Order: sequence, then structure tokens, then C-alpha cells
Amino acid sequence: MTAQQQIIPLIDACNLHTYYGESHVLHGVDLTLMPGETLSLLGRNGMGKTTTLRSILGFVPPRYGEVRIKGVPAAKHRPWQLIRQGIGYVPEGRGIFPGISVREHLIMAARPNDRGESPWTLERVLDTFPRLGQRINHDGSFLSGGEQQMLSIGRALTTNPDMVILDEATEGLAPLIRDEVWKIIHEIKASGIAAIIVDKNIDNLLEVAEKHILLVKGEVIYSGGSKGLEDDPAILETHLGVA
Amino acid sequence: MDLAFFGVQLLNGLQYGLLLFLIASGLTLIFGIMGIINLAHGAMYMIGAYLVYDLNLRLGNFWLAIVVAVPIAVALGLIIERLFLDTLYKRDHLYQVLLTFGLILVINEVQRIIWGGDVHSVAVPSPFDTSLQLTSNLQYSVYRLFLMGVCLALAAVIYWVIRHTRLGIIIRAGAVDRDMVEGLGINVRTLFTLIFSAGVALTAFAGMIAAPLSTIAPGMGDSILITCFVVVVIGGIGSIKGAFWGAILIGMAETFGSVLIPSLASMVIYLIMAAVLLVKPRGLFA
Repeated sequence: MTAQQQIIPLIDACNLHTYYGESHVLHGVDLTLMPGETLSLLGRNGMGKTTTLRSILGFVPPRYGEVRIKGVPAAKHRPWQLIRQGIGYVPEGRGIFPGISVREHLIMAARPNDRGESPWTLERVLDTFPRLGQRINHDGSFLSGGEQQMLSIGRALTTNPDMVILDEATEGLAPLIRDEVWKIIHEIKASGIAAIIVDKNIDNLLEVAEKHILLVKGEVIYSGGSKGLEDDPAILETHLGVA
Repeated sequence: MDLAFFGVQLLNGLQYGLLLFLIASGLTLIFGIMGIINLAHGAMYMIGAYLVYDLNLRLGNFWLAIVVAVPIAVALGLIIERLFLDTLYKRDHLYQVLLTFGLILVINEVQRIIWGGDVHSVAVPSPFDTSLQLTSNLQYSVYRLFLMGVCLALAAVIYWVIRHTRLGIIIRAGAVDRDMVEGLGINVRTLFTLIFSAGVALTAFAGMIAAPLSTIAPGMGDSILITCFVVVVIGGIGSIKGAFWGAILIGMAETFGSVLIPSLASMVIYLIMAAVLLVKPRGLFA
């Protein structure tokens, strides 16, 4: 330790082995997220990306390996306690509740961060997502796919997180809406919030994320910066099918 | 059937329906949010009635008896949830059914040990132990009117909490997707304890205020449990609004059924349930 204070990773997952029943899904996944960092989790469908996220959050606890969230061992806590460490979770499928209005989505989980600060007020979220402001009293499930995605991200921001987890945030969206979501992801990054992003749009990920983890059948086959992937297009071509 | 008689049956049906709502609202919340099929819900209705019978004898005052009995009911809910259900949330529904069915047997047996197999009653408390003259030859119990008022007031409070508070948003969200609620950093465990205790307290309270109008007897919770499951299924599982309208519908159907078509009375509510499910398989308000 130097004179400078040691920086504790937001997420430190080490050698995760996760099972669904008898089926061994993750084979020793390592993942570290530092404050302010943006990390992409790459891989084809069924390679273990969502399972990695759900293992970190404690929804599918790993059988072996350790997760620490801000230094706190995850195994001793329930998912909601881990989320409360400052994680804004935007799940695959968006997690919008039918019968609950846009406003209610944005107040149901609102809370200050663990330093007692609330930079993301309802007003700021509505400024960031003007579309949500126009639909404030609508049932969340009646919104378009893009609006639901924005609502899911907006709701995560109302918890004033230090990191967001975006699982397939642009999936199934029209190109224009998708661009809008990527613009927001850049804004989130600029505001200093760290992120783990699972997505299929490699070009956008190479642009926004400084670190990448590529999963193949539950194993990490690449972990490093954007340059390593750009210099070796064969990796992406083989494992993601992109040229 | 003349108009006055019809009016009395309408009031009876409404009163019975509102009482059913108190019981069914707890059942639907516990079922919808926690995924627990609480077969012991009716037994807690019976416990409410016996508690108020016993405390009324000891304390000599019905209202005081209720004030003492409600916290006991809440405590019972807390104990059952923490001690028994807590270990079963991750298991299949079958385990919960077995557990809560076992609880019925235990609670019924404890009731017999404490209060015996005799049938009891509680006098209608003052100042509501009078009747209202509706027509020259028809009277209506003031206590029944009072009971309706209490049920309506509680229904309004429940509605307000569910519709207009943050807790209510979380309860509605939890009925749709518990994992996502937890994924927002919300303590689902505490929510479960709260819902279960509140649900048990509501059904026990229904048993308490219904005691002066009912025969307090062993197993009195069993038949009301079945009726309340019909209410919950008709209204849509997890829906408070559904529980309300389902309860009113079933309350009316049972009351008018037994007056108009006594031979079919015991079937009427099931026929209605079948008809509703044919048109709306998930219930009226799911």
C-alpha cells in the first residue's frame, strides 16, 4: 500500500464456478470492475454472460469461487443487500412491471447512495429521458420497447448507483432508438458511474468500454483492453461471428 | 320477494361479501406476492373468533378484547412466517401446501385443547346491540351496519396503501416479479414478513368482528377458507381489487342463492367460478 489510499474494486469476482442443477455453466470466471470503469462482457448466446451477472448479484450463487462487492463478501448476503452496495441493475428483458406507471417505476426504488448523496433526482432522470416525462402517468408495460429500456435505465439511476449492470440494453430496438440508448450509456459513463455492459453491438462496445471479457462456454478466453481485440480480429470473428 | 325483503338480503350479501374481502385480501396478497398457498388462513379466522370469545369473557368488554386480540394475531403471523415458512420459500409449492395443511391440524387441535369442542357465541356489543326499523315489519341489526362500515373503512385503507404509497408500489410489483423487486435493492424478506403478518391479522380480525354474528365452533375456518379461495381465483390472484369485487360477487351469490334456489345454493359459487374462468382464465382483474 502506498501513501495514496488503496482503491477497492467495485466488483471483484474470482474463479466463479456456477451450476444449474448438475449442469456446470461457469468454469472459473474472473471479473474485476474498478470505480468509473466500463467493462463489456462479450460472447454468443448461451456462453454464460447473464449467468456471470446473476452469479455476481447472488441470484445464482457460485458453487466455488468468491465475489466481493466493494470488498464485502457476497456469499454472506442476499441479492438485495448486494444491490444496495450501489448497483443499478438493468436486467435482460428490462424488468418493467405491468400495472405500474412510469412515475411509480421511478420512485419505487429511489434512494441516496451510501454517502448519502442523491445526484440522480427524478427531475434529472426526466431531463435525461424526456420521453419518460411525456409518458409519466402511463402504465410501464404500454410503453414502446425503447421507452421501456429507458425506463429500466432511469429506474436504475434513481438508486444513485456507483455502477450499472446493463444486460442486453439495446436488444430488439430500432436503430434510431438504439443510438439514443448508446448516447445515454455514454452520458452515464461521463457522469463517473462504472458499468458492465452485455451487448451484441461490438463497435459500440469497443468505443465505450475500456476493458472487455470474452466468454466461450463459461470460460474467459479474452480479458483486456480494446486494443487487443482490435489488433486480433480473428478472436471476434471466431467467437462472435463478426468481421 | 317484496322490496324490503330484497333490501335486507342485499344488505346481508354486502355485509358477508365485505367480511369475505377482509379474509380474501390477506390470502391473495400472501399467495400473489410470496407464492405461498396458505391453507391455514381459515384457521386464523377461527383463532380470531376464539380469541375474542375468550378475552371477552375474561375482560368483560368486547372492544377491549379486540384491542388485545389484534396484537396477538400479528404476533402469531410473525411466528409462523419466521419459524416455518422462512425455510420453505425456495421449495416447491407442494411443501408449503403440506406445511400449511399441517398447521390447520395443529391449530385445530390447539383450539380443542384450549377451548374444547363446544359451540360458543359472543353477545352483540353495545352500543350496536339494537336494530333499525326498516319497514313496519322488518328490522336490521345495527351491528351488521357497523361491521360493513368497518370493512369498508379497512378496504379504503388497504386501497390507499396499495395505490398511493411506495410500499403499495412495491407490493404490486412484487406480485408480478419478486426477483426484479429484489434486483432493485428492496428487502423482499421484510416485505414477506410484513405481508404475511398483515394478512393473518386481517383474517383474524375478520373472525373477531364477525364473532357476535357467527357460531364459534371448531373447524369454522375450514369452510370460509374454500369460499375465500373461490374469491381469490375469481378476482385474479394477487389483485386486491379482484379480491374486493370477487368477495362482493360471492357474498351476494351465496346470500341470494340460499334464499332463491336453496337446492343449488352450495353449488352457486362454484358455478360462478367456472363461468368466470371460462371467460377470463386468469380471473377478473389479473
